[in-house]
Amino acid sequence: MKFDLKDALRRHGLLLAFGVFLLAVAANADAFLTLGNILDVLRQVSITGMMALGVTFVVLTGRLDLSVGSLLTLLTVIVVDQHNQSGAAAAIVMTLAAGLAVGAFNGFLVGFVGLNALIVTLAMLSFLQGLVLFYSGGSNVNIPNAQETWFAVFGRGDFMGLPVPVILFVVAGIIAGAILRFTTFGRKVYAVGGNQTASVFSGIDSRWAVFWTYVISGLTTGLAAIIMGSRVMGAQNTIGQGYELTVLAGVILGGTSLLGGRGSIFRTMIGIAMLGFIQNGLLLLSFPYYVQWIVTWAVIILAVWIDIGAKRGRIFA
Amino acid sequence: MNDIILQLSGITKTFPGVTALDQVSLDVRAGEVHALVGENGAGKSTLMKVLAGLYKAEQGDIIYQGRTTDVAGPLDARRKGILLIHQELSLAPELSVAENIYLGAWPTNRFGVLKKRELRSKAQAALQALGCAFGPDVRVGTLSVAMQQMVEIARAEAFSASVVIFDEPTASLTDTEKEQLFHTIRSLKARGVGIIYISHKMDEIFQITDRITVLRDGQVQGTLETAQSDVNQVTRMMIGRTLDTYFVKAKADFGAEVLRVEGLSKAGLFNDVSFSVREGEVLGLYGLVGAGRSEAVETVFGVRRADSGQLVWKGGVIAPPTPRQAIDMGMALVPESRKEQGLVLMMGGRENTSLPHLSLFSALSVMNRAKELATFEKYRSALSIKTTGPDQEVSQLSGGNQQKFVLAKWLCAGPKLIILDEPTRGIDVGSKSAIHELIAELAEQGLAVIVISSEMPEVLGVSHRVLAMSEGEIVGSFEGQEMNEENLIDAVSYHRQSAVG
Ligand SMILES: Nc1ncnc2c1ncn2[C@@H]1O[C@H](COP(=O)(O)OP(=O)(O)OP(=O)(O)O)[C@@H](O)[C@H]1O
Ligand SMILES: [Mg+2]
Repeated sequence: MKFDLKDALRRHGLLLAFGVFLLAVAANADAFLTLGNILDVLRQVSITGMMALGVTFVVLTGRLDLSVGSLLTLLTVIVVDQHNQSGAAAAIVMTLAAGLAVGAFNGFLVGFVGLNALIVTLAMLSFLQGLVLFYSGGSNVNIPNAQETWFAVFGRGDFMGLPVPVILFVVAGIIAGAILRFTTFGRKVYAVGGNQTASVFSGIDSRWAVFWTYVISGLTTGLAAIIMGSRVMGAQNTIGQGYELTVLAGVILGGTSLLGGRGSIFRTMIGIAMLGFIQNGLLLLSFPYYVQWIVTWAVIILAVWIDIGAKRGRIFA
Repeated sequence: MNDIILQLSGITKTFPGVTALDQVSLDVRAGEVHALVGENGAGKSTLMKVLAGLYKAEQGDIIYQGRTTDVAGPLDARRKGILLIHQELSLAPELSVAENIYLGAWPTNRFGVLKKRELRSKAQAALQALGCAFGPDVRVGTLSVAMQQMVEIARAEAFSASVVIFDEPTASLTDTEKEQLFHTIRSLKARGVGIIYISHKMDEIFQITDRITVLRDGQVQGTLETAQSDVNQVTRMMIGRTLDTYFVKAKADFGAEVLRVEGLSKAGLFNDVSFSVREGEVLGLYGLVGAGRSEAVETVFGVRRADSGQLVWKGGVIAPPTPRQAIDMGMALVPESRKEQGLVLMMGGRENTSLPHLSLFSALSVMNRAKELATFEKYRSALSIKTTGPDQEVSQLSGGNQQKFVLAKWLCAGPKLIILDEPTRGIDVGSKSAIHELIAELAEQGLAVIVISSEMPEVLGVSHRVLAMSEGEIVGSFEGQEMNEENLIDAVSYHRQSAVG
C-alpha cells in the first residue's frame, strides 16, 4: 500500500505541528526543556486538566459543559472563604458538595428534562457568576495564614520532588480513565455518545448516564477549585473566567470528538499538556500574554475542523 | 445496442486487514441490467463506491465511454453521468425534493445565490419523467422509503446519467413499489442507460437482469447470461454449494404461553392489537411496510408507550416495561433498522454484542473482557461473521455482517422470547437459510419467537402461525392449511380496500 501523505497529515498533523513548535521553542529558549520548567507547566495545567477529566465524560456523550469556568470561580471563593470561617476540612467538604450539586442540577436538566446542553450550561455559567458576587459581596477573599495552614499542600506542596497538584491530576486521571475503560458506566457513556437510539434499544437508560457525567464534571471542578484556592491562597470574583474554553480546547485537542462516542481520558491529558506547553512556549518566546488566547482559538478551530472532517471522510477537497 | 459503456479493469482495493477487491474486472453494456451478486462482504458495495468516487482503488482502471476516467468524488461521478443509489439512502431529510435531487450541485447565479425557480422546474421535469406522484417542494423527511428512492432515481434523469447503480434497492419496498421500481428500471434501460443491480434476492435477479457477475471474497467468479443460467448455478458460484429451497420449520411442540398482548392501541399507529405466543412457537407477523408491525413490537419491548392495552408475561399481568426490564425478563428485539436502532457503529463487534447485557459481562461493575471476547468469538463462528477482529468498528463491516452482530447481541444472553423484525433484510442467500435454521433451532430449544417479515415465502416458511396486519390492525390469523399466500394477500388487500372505500 502506498503512503498517503494527506491521510497521515490529517491523522497526525496536529502532533506534527506540535513537535515542530516544541523544537522551535527549545532552540530559542534554553529554559524550555529544563525539568523545572516542565514541572512548572504541569503544575499550571493540573487545574484545567482536573476539570477536563470530568468534561471529557460529558463530551463523550456528545454534550457540552460550559458552566465549569464560573463553577470554578464559585467553588474557589467558597473554599477560600470557608477555610477562613469553618476550617480547611469543612471547606473541602462544602466545596465538593457544592460542585456535585451544581453538576447534578445540570445533569437533571440535560439528562432528564432533555434540554439542550449548550443552553443549560451557558445559562448556568451566567447564573453562577451572579451567585459568586452574591456570595462574596463583590470583594475578594484570601487566606491570611497561608504559611501555616495544611490546606497549602494541595496547590503548593511537593511529594518526592513532584508537585502535589500534578500528582492529584495524574491520580485522578488514572481513576477517570479506568472508569471509562473498564466499567459498565464507562461503556454506557461511549454507547450513548455513539448512538443514543441504539443504546435505548439495548436497555441503557441514557438519562442516568448523562446525569452522572455532569455530576462527575461538577466533582472534578470541585477538586480543581481546591487546588486553585490552595495555590493562590485567595480568590477573585473572576478567577475561573474563560476556563471553560481552555478546558474544552484541551479535550478537543486530545482528539475527543464533540459529536460523542470517541475519545479518552488519556487523550484529554495529552491535549491539556500540549496546550500548557504551547502557552508556556509562547511566553518564553516573549510573546505578549494575549497571544495565548489567539493561539487557543486557532487550536480549537483546527481541532474541531479535523474532527468533523474525519467524520465526513475528508477535509481538503 | 450492445456497445460497452463502462468497463472496470483490474480493480484492487484493500482496507487494513482485508482485500475487499482483488483484480476485479467487469463490463456494462448500454441498455443492459447487469446483476452483481455475492455473499455479505464479498465486495459489491465497495466496488460500486470505487466507481462512484467514494473510494480510490489502489490498482485498476475505470474505462467509461471509451476513455480511462478518473472519478474524483460522488459529485464528479454524478456530473459525468454515473449515479450510485446507496444501500442506505443518503438524502437530507430536512430539505425539499428538488434540493435533494440536485444536492451539492444546485444551480446558482454569479453571486452564488440559489436559482430557485430553475431548480424547481428542472426537478419537476425529472419527477414527471418518472411519473412520481409527489411534487418538488415536499420535504423529503415526510416521504416513504420508496418515494425517497424515487427522489434518488430522479437524479438519474436530472443528470442524464448513463450508468445507474442500484445497491439493494428493494430491501424495504412493498411488492407494488417493487413493481414500480422495475418499471422505472425498464424505462431507463430502454433509453440505453447501463444499469448495475445489486441484490440478494434471486427471484428479482432472474426477473430483471440480463447478465450476472458473481463476486466472491473480492474476486470475480464469472459472468453469466441470465437467460442461460439458474439459481443453483449462481448460488454455487457464490457460496460454493447449492441450497435447499425448502424451509426448515421447527417441530410443533409448544409449551406454556410466554407473552400475551391484549388490546394494545396507540393512536395513529396501531389499534386493538392482540396476540399470544407460546414456548417453542414461531409466530409470523406479515404485513406491508408501514402496517404498524414494528411500532407494535417496539411497544411490547418498552421503547414506546401505548395508549391502552395490557401485557401478560408468563401468565401474570405486567406493567408496561422499560427496555431494561423487558431485557431482564428475557425479551429480545432485533430491530428493523440496524444502523439507527441496532448498533453503535463506532464500536466493535465485541462491545456491541455485550451492550444489552452489561451486568452479565461484568462483576461489581467492572467489565469482564475475557468473557466478552469468548462470546464474540462464539458468535463470530456460529453466524460466520466476516470481521477482522473484536474491535473492528462495525461501521466498516458490510451490511449483512452488521446484521449478524445485531442477532449476536440478542442471542448471547439466552432470551425467552425473541422478536425478529425483518431479520434477513440485506442478508445473503447462504446466511439467510442459516438464519432460518437458527429460528427453527431457537424454537426447538423452547424459545418463543416472533418473526416480522414482508417476504411472504419467508414468513410462511418459518412460522407455525401467521398474523396478517394492515393499517395498524390485525386482520387475520392463519394456521395449518389456511396458512397460504392467497389468504394472506386477501386479508391484507381486502382490509386495505375496505379502509379506503
Ligand atoms: N471503510 C472500510 N474499512 C475497512 N473495511 C471495510 C470498509 N468498507 C468495507 N470493508 C470491508 O470490505 C469487505 C467488502 O465489503 P462490502 O461492503 O463491499 O460488501 P458487500 O458485498 O456490499 O456486502 P453486503 O451484501 O453485506 O452489503 C468487507 O469485508 C468489509 O468488512
Ligand atoms: Mg453492500
